[in-house]
Amino acid sequence: MDETRIQDRGPAGEPTIAELHEGAPGDKRPIRGGVRQRHAHDSGFKHVTGSARYTDDEPDLPGTLQVYLAPSERAHARIRAMDLSAVRAAPGVVLVLTAEDIPGQNDYSPVFGDDPIFAEGHVFFVGQPLFAVAAETIDAARRAARLAKIDYEDLPAAIGFDAALNFADEVGKDLLPPHTMRLGDVDAALETASRTVSGRIEVGGQDHFYLEGQIAVAHPLEDGDVFVRSSTQHPSEVQHNVAKMLGVPDHAVTVELRRMGGGFGGKESQPALFAAAAALVAVKTGRPAKCRLDRDDDMIMTGKRHEVRIDYRAGFDAAGRLQGVAFDQFVRCGYSSDLSAAIADRAMFHADNAYDLKAACIHSRRLQTHTVSNTAFRGFGGPQGMVGIERLMDRIAFETGLDPLDVRKANLYAGIGGEPGVTPYGMKVEDSVAGEIIEVLEVSSDYRARREAVKAFNVRSPILKKGLALTPVKFGISFTTSHLNQAGALVHVYKDGSVHLNHGGTEMGQGLFVKVAQVVAEEFQIDIDKVKITATTTAKVPNTSATAASSGSDLNGMAAQAAARTIKTRLIDYAAERYHVPKDQIVFEANRVRIGNEEKRFSDLVGEAYLARVSLSSTGFYATPDIHYDRESASGKPFYYFAYGAACSEVVIDTLTGEYKLTRVDILHDVGKSLNPAIDLGQIEGGFIQGFGWLTMEELWWDDKGRLKTHAPSTYKIPTANDRPDDMRIAIWDKGENRAETIYRSKAVGEPPFMLAISAFSALTDAVIAAGEGRAFPHLDAPATPERVLRAVEEVRARS
Amino acid sequence: MTSEARPIRFLLNGSERSVSGVSPTTTVLQYLRESERLTGTKEGCAEGDCGACTVMLAEPDGVGGIERRAVNACIQFLPAMNGRAIETVEGLGTHGGAEGAERLRQEMVERHASQCGFCTPGFVVQLFSGWMTGAMKDRQSVKDLVSGNLCRCTGYGPIIDAGEALAASGAPSGQTGDAALAKTLSDLEGSGVFSYSAPGTAGEMRWFAPTNVDDLADTYAAHPEAVLVAGATDVGLWVTKQHRDLPILIDVSKVRDLTMVEERLGKVYLGAGVTHRKAREALGDIHPDLSEMLRRFAGYQIRNAGTVGGNIANGSPIGDLPPCLIALGARLFLRKGDDVRLIDLENFFIDYGKQDRAKGEFVVAVEVPRLEDDQRFFAHKISKRFDSDISAVMAAFRLTFDGDVVREARLAFGGMAGVPKRSKAAEAALVGRPFDASAVADAQVAMESDFSPLTDMRATSAYRLTSAKNLLKRFQLESSGSVTGRTAGPDAALDLAGAI
Repeated sequence: MDETRIQDRGPAGEPTIAELHEGAPGDKRPIRGGVRQRHAHDSGFKHVTGSARYTDDEPDLPGTLQVYLAPSERAHARIRAMDLSAVRAAPGVVLVLTAEDIPGQNDYSPVFGDDPIFAEGHVFFVGQPLFAVAAETIDAARRAARLAKIDYEDLPAAIGFDAALNFADEVGKDLLPPHTMRLGDVDAALETASRTVSGRIEVGGQDHFYLEGQIAVAHPLEDGDVFVRSSTQHPSEVQHNVAKMLGVPDHAVTVELRRMGGGFGGKESQPALFAAAAALVAVKTGRPAKCRLDRDDDMIMTGKRHEVRIDYRAGFDAAGRLQGVAFDQFVRCGYSSDLSAAIADRAMFHADNAYDLKAACIHSRRLQTHTVSNTAFRGFGGPQGMVGIERLMDRIAFETGLDPLDVRKANLYAGIGGEPGVTPYGMKVEDSVAGEIIEVLEVSSDYRARREAVKAFNVRSPILKKGLALTPVKFGISFTTSHLNQAGALVHVYKDGSVHLNHGGTEMGQGLFVKVAQVVAEEFQIDIDKVKITATTTAKVPNTSATAASSGSDLNGMAAQAAARTIKTRLIDYAAERYHVPKDQIVFEANRVRIGNEEKRFSDLVGEAYLARVSLSSTGFYATPDIHYDRESASGKPFYYFAYGAACSEVVIDTLTGEYKLTRVDILHDVGKSLNPAIDLGQIEGGFIQGFGWLTMEELWWDDKGRLKTHAPSTYKIPTANDRPDDMRIAIWDKGENRAETIYRSKAVGEPPFMLAISAFSALTDAVIAAGEGRAFPHLDAPATPERVLRAVEEVRARS
Repeated sequence: MTSEARPIRFLLNGSERSVSGVSPTTTVLQYLRESERLTGTKEGCAEGDCGACTVMLAEPDGVGGIERRAVNACIQFLPAMNGRAIETVEGLGTHGGAEGAERLRQEMVERHASQCGFCTPGFVVQLFSGWMTGAMKDRQSVKDLVSGNLCRCTGYGPIIDAGEALAASGAPSGQTGDAALAKTLSDLEGSGVFSYSAPGTAGEMRWFAPTNVDDLADTYAAHPEAVLVAGATDVGLWVTKQHRDLPILIDVSKVRDLTMVEERLGKVYLGAGVTHRKAREALGDIHPDLSEMLRRFAGYQIRNAGTVGGNIANGSPIGDLPPCLIALGARLFLRKGDDVRLIDLENFFIDYGKQDRAKGEFVVAVEVPRLEDDQRFFAHKISKRFDSDISAVMAAFRLTFDGDVVREARLAFGGMAGVPKRSKAAEAALVGRPFDASAVADAQVAMESDFSPLTDMRATSAYRLTSAKNLLKRFQLESSGSVTGRTAGPDAALDLAGAI
């Protein structure tokens, strides 16, 4: 290789200007990894080689203690006495900690102050932490914990819905106050409607089953400070809860993570418990401490998706158009508040899904049960709310004899340009593309012909019955707690032209980091490999919101863009002055900057700017505009925009056993103008399959003592490869464009596709109706296990 | 039987290791992550149900070559690695197939087959092992290969695509180094009964690994209190989940006599050490339902490790294989010291957790009669999930006919009682009659007197009984040709189902 050429290369191995032009003059290679490109996940190669590091993969510092949390064995009891002397004396044990050892507040809750780190006199669910054992090995800690002598006085425990309602009657209140949303006069609508129906559906919970279990590692620092590595979607909250527990200011605690092995909402409020336990041990002993949960403990000790019972009453006309509907939602929250208020609210916000309800009353009760406190899970209550209205659509179709798709279409919110419908929380729906998407999907999925084929099959087939359903999704994007809609970023440009990117978002596999890096690459017009993606840390970007509510790229993408633009503006100002060129003639093009008639490599301009003492580092900040919500009156505009989609699912059931198979799925989903179509498609497919698991095979089962018996993959079944239909046709809606001014007009995609799986549940309902010769509407709850499907089949046959 | 304690000697990504001083119940996963700092292999469940810890083993096949299989490192004990080679995600392709490993990684990345990436190393190793062993041929075989790998992010599509692309790229080039590797591993294994001991949770703990059945008999006779471990798919969990102390373990996975598969006079003989994957090859051609059941039996890595003998000897009330074997009229060879006895398999299961096995006695083999021309067979497994799920009900039926009339009926069930059990009253209701709807109706009523099944997290008592009865009806409908196609079967069969 020629010497001058080597010297001509930029310090970061950057190509020459000539190379950037590749081939003929004027033939300019665009940057790698700009927005809208199908760029691979930034950690893809590290994932497949095993070199991507998760929290437990970081080498333990010498002397690291292992922390085990001893669980309550009772669902609801008073603790008369706790004798831990044998635990303390056990081999390998260094320290045993109880509530009394906590210097600050014994609480790791996100909002309400009702989640004790260690039980104080009472236990409220099986698995609630009583005390922590820190030992040289986790095996020693676990064996020692078994030596505890706990004297419980059992109290009545409420596990299911009916018990929870009785318990609420006994104590005279629910866990959290009820809430109501009203639109129009529903009583009048129900009275005047030509037809009315009422019914009930219960929807089960769901374990997150992130593949990487909960883990935190704490390192003691000087001044009693602590550094925590935590697998969390919410580093700021972990930081705050650790500080609160230690009784120190937030600045004394730093929380960091590079990536999670999955989150799905399960690492939003939950990780603070394990971080607090590890931090307390670290501060008390001066030794590093790790709290990593075994899968069973993880499933027993951490919150899940809320179980919801929905009672509905609806009035409609012969064309299947709703006149009004009343929903009573009963939400099983578990023992404490956690995020249940906002989750139950979101179930209400999505009780309409994509439908103009005309008149509605949505009433929500938040019930206490003596089970682990339910928490955030992809969709955050939205999916539960949506199941209610989709069940109603199926019911109206059954009652009117219309095709369920026609009933759905008859009730959709008006499309863009039409007279906007109003949601039960007073927000106008002005961006609905549900109708357009359904029209396209109806054709591309061949819905009508397949409807006929399914009917024909069911006539011929005595034992197997098929079902088909096409359902829409409309999902509100923004934290409904408005102040959470803010984000920060920190961008450094080093003098060799390489870029360090940091923001408050966390990577749990969803591809947030690559999307935000694409935004920064696009702003600077540099190849994405020049942008270093770095670990999230509370020391760089403070006061962040959880990476949740599908908001990650919307918020952090904007914040990072703002930071990059600040630096870019400084570079333009510098170049304009230095080269006497008007600012509008300074243009960032692929890996170079055009300054009037001159071209420079990006790195050269940066190097010059450094010598000229220009600041090359900036924070960026973003707050979602134009949202407001008054919870008191349950009205406002809580969402910046809505994301839309639709799915068509076909199933076949066995009426002898209730077994079934999902045989084909067609999806058309709106992601606005995609930042990265490959990442978005992954979210859509993964969301659908996870939703399918929730509604079909994933069953949480408690025994009569309140013990969760499905607490490992041997008993709790999430979908496997053979559950995915081979015929799965997923498309991003090519006309998608966000009317709201989001980052490059993209739309959030984390949660909305999850609810596309309701189509599979409706298809199962459709097949069960066929099994009963169409004479009765089935009672089918979720998860629709083979057992529930068979029971529904037997029930419709008995009634028909 | 005495033997000198030795270190555990094996190859790790091509490098020799000689380990002593670690507890015999240290899992391979713990060793990789904690001692070797090879953290690409992940713990997702520590019970062999998620596949995140998958590693590939290579060992001599007994005829000068190498046999490869992927297993769950989370439930394999380290001493079992003596004389074996481990490839982890970091060293994939060390002993051949490096070009496939590279191809697979590229396909995975370019198809966006990882999201959070935590399950990814397990999928990569599993797919690679499927390619190396020739088990990955088409799309369906890819899906079956990863039946024991859970991914919570992707929905599996891109992973299956990546596997399919690797399969389509052709078979691995000849494993030219296999003979040398086999020799190296044999040398590492050493001769005679491998014996290892080290301090553990139960004080000084011991591990023995005999290589022939006589040595096994002697070792067990000398240590009748020992726990036998073959694939560790059950015993592994006694340690990782139940935290039990196992002071003496006898590894039977190296006993060549126990891995024999033989066919004699219309009967298949399976050694107790035959893995479920190999049992599928041996039993699958007795009847397609057996093959299908073994396709859905646990996950692939578990089928690569778990054995027929273990599945029987541990006496699970469900254990999908025993009901099938009972319906087929299988018999069991048991040995203690030099004494061998032969019993009907159904008599082995006495009560929940109680088998007809004396202290120091072990399962040698099972004898499985093939079907006669006058016999019909049916087997079906019901579970919440298609793959890798413990059955709510496992039904296996064999009817023997005199013309149209049922001469003998064997209706065996798992999940219906504390042990795998025949439905004697229902059998009686069928015998001497044509196998028709009215006979089935009577047998269904009779079945209620045979069983009062349990309600638990897998199913209620009522569902178990109803679906068990309905499976008999399905057998009759399929026998009479009025119904084909099960939801569990291939899509094509479903389309035909209504055409009858």
